[in-house]
Amino acid sequence: MSDPTTHPESSRQDRSRRRFLQGGVALSAALAAGVGLPLAGQAQPAPDDPAKSLGAPLRPYGERAPSAAQGRVTQAKPAERGGSFTPLDETLGIITPSDLHYVVQRGGRPDIDPQKHRLLISGLVDRPVLLTMEELKRLPSTSRILFLECSGNSRLGRPPTPKSVQGTHGLTACSEWTGVPLAILLRDVGVQPGARWLVAEGADATGNERSLPLAKVMDDVLVAYGQNGEALRPDNGYPLRLIVPGWEGNVNVKWLRRLTLVDRPYMTRMESTGHASLMPDGTARQFNFVMEAKSVITFPSGGQQLGGPGFYEIRGLAWSGRGLVRRVEVSTNDGQTWQDASLQEPVLPRAHTRFRLAWHWDGREAVLQSRCTDETGYVQPTLAEVVRVRGQNFVFFNNAIHSWRVAADGSVHNVQV
Amino acid sequence: MSRSSVWQVASLVALLVATGATPLTAQLSTYGVGRPPTPEEVRAWELTIPPDGQGLPPGKGTAALGQAVFAAQCAACHGATGEDPTYSRLVGGQGTLTTDKPIQTIGSFWQYATTLWSYIRRAQPFNNPGSLTADQVYAVTAYILYRNGIIGEQEVMDATTLPRVTMPNRDGFVPDPRPDVGQGSK
Repeated sequence: MSDPTTHPESSRQDRSRRRFLQGGVALSAALAAGVGLPLAGQAQPAPDDPAKSLGAPLRPYGERAPSAAQGRVTQAKPAERGGSFTPLDETLGIITPSDLHYVVQRGGRPDIDPQKHRLLISGLVDRPVLLTMEELKRLPSTSRILFLECSGNSRLGRPPTPKSVQGTHGLTACSEWTGVPLAILLRDVGVQPGARWLVAEGADATGNERSLPLAKVMDDVLVAYGQNGEALRPDNGYPLRLIVPGWEGNVNVKWLRRLTLVDRPYMTRMESTGHASLMPDGTARQFNFVMEAKSVITFPSGGQQLGGPGFYEIRGLAWSGRGLVRRVEVSTNDGQTWQDASLQEPVLPRAHTRFRLAWHWDGREAVLQSRCTDETGYVQPTLAEVVRVRGQNFVFFNNAIHSWRVAADGSVHNVQV
Repeated sequence: MSRSSVWQVASLVALLVATGATPLTAQLSTYGVGRPPTPEEVRAWELTIPPDGQGLPPGKGTAALGQAVFAAQCAACHGATGEDPTYSRLVGGQGTLTTDKPIQTIGSFWQYATTLWSYIRRAQPFNNPGSLTADQVYAVTAYILYRNGIIGEQEVMDATTLPRVTMPNRDGFVPDPRPDVGQGSK
């Protein structure tokens, strides 16, 4: 079935062009694209010497400098249903700013009053319970830095081919999530012996429902209300969401309102159809949960322009749904030779890991790739290997090595998916 | 006595009557937060219908009746016959899953008719989710199944018959075997 979340046309040039458009056309284009832009005429030109004039007053909530107004790029049809891609080419470190965290939604972003919001825990439990947000926040809590990734990230084979890393890989992000370990909640309500699965449901118009095996639920799943030190962003599930470390974004149910313990998977739309992936023999793989080891170079990356031969720090992100990233290798000659990149500490399980490698560009055409290995020994495969095993129609869960071509004029191009 | 206190006393009674010889499944709540939901509250939110049809409400419908519901509520996005691919194509595609250009529809790909019922009730139509009556959901489900050649035009879909519908691709699903690619594969 067609899915609008994975047809990104984003490029740095598109965004830059939009920024400089003027008047109503620019505003409507920006609204249609869903990109947050500074309104034309709002920003004052900065003084030549900022030390020679009194600065602006204090304010209750900060905002980005107008000159640093990077944005998500949205692909949606209609406007409530689709994806909004994180500008990985412009983010730094391992934490994605909450307002740039990628978003996938299928029935619009719900407006939820936290005073009225309830979490129902029902089914095969000794004590079904209805909890307020205030009650949830009284319970033992924890914070963990974890990546999320849509299984449609870097989706194979659907035109138009994205130009930038925002388009190819922008459906992943990494936040510090704060909430209650679900195992604590479930032990408190008493899980009955026949319970094997959990059905989680959101309070949005599509009622995203997913069945999750109880072993994972009791291991490390969070019922989260915090993101990067604040309440969740509405786009990312306010006031409550599930966080399922290392597993596909869709099971991290946003706007969470119900957890029902059951004896079998309930075969909801997303698990029995939407996210089942087709093999060449016509069978479809089902309950594909884990996001396997993956990495991508974010600088230099598609749509960027190098200023000429010389020193560049190659930078990128690596992650694995199975735990720690152990190693990232970088090739600057289309995979002929590889060098170990340095990993930014702390390296955390199931979190984005920043890697870096010094590079002297000699001004000749180069193909840049990164390849990560996780703590299980799994090595990120080539696209050819992925396609050889899974065919062209297994469009989700593509974790292949990605290639950027640096042309002799310094322009950088996507030469893959 | 508040509801929550009643609940805690009830839990305590359950604990006391349990014999020492059998393992206790009903342990006391450590935190004592929240309140028991009413049966109405549980019914209002426990809307997911599993393949055996547990939880399907009374009501019924046929494709013949569902055609009008489909025309009024669904055709704008999915086309008059459910074959418009603009959003989700609902009809056709059987026999294409092994080809280079598979067409994944309810008829060619979906595993259970209950999934369709459950999703339509909860999430459709797109701009007015949850607005259809149980009879309308049965009828429009029947219409989509009929258009896919899975049931007859006059066949009645209800809580008994819907779970018995065998979807063409019912056995087309396999568990995730990953890691399956690269040096990490077994």
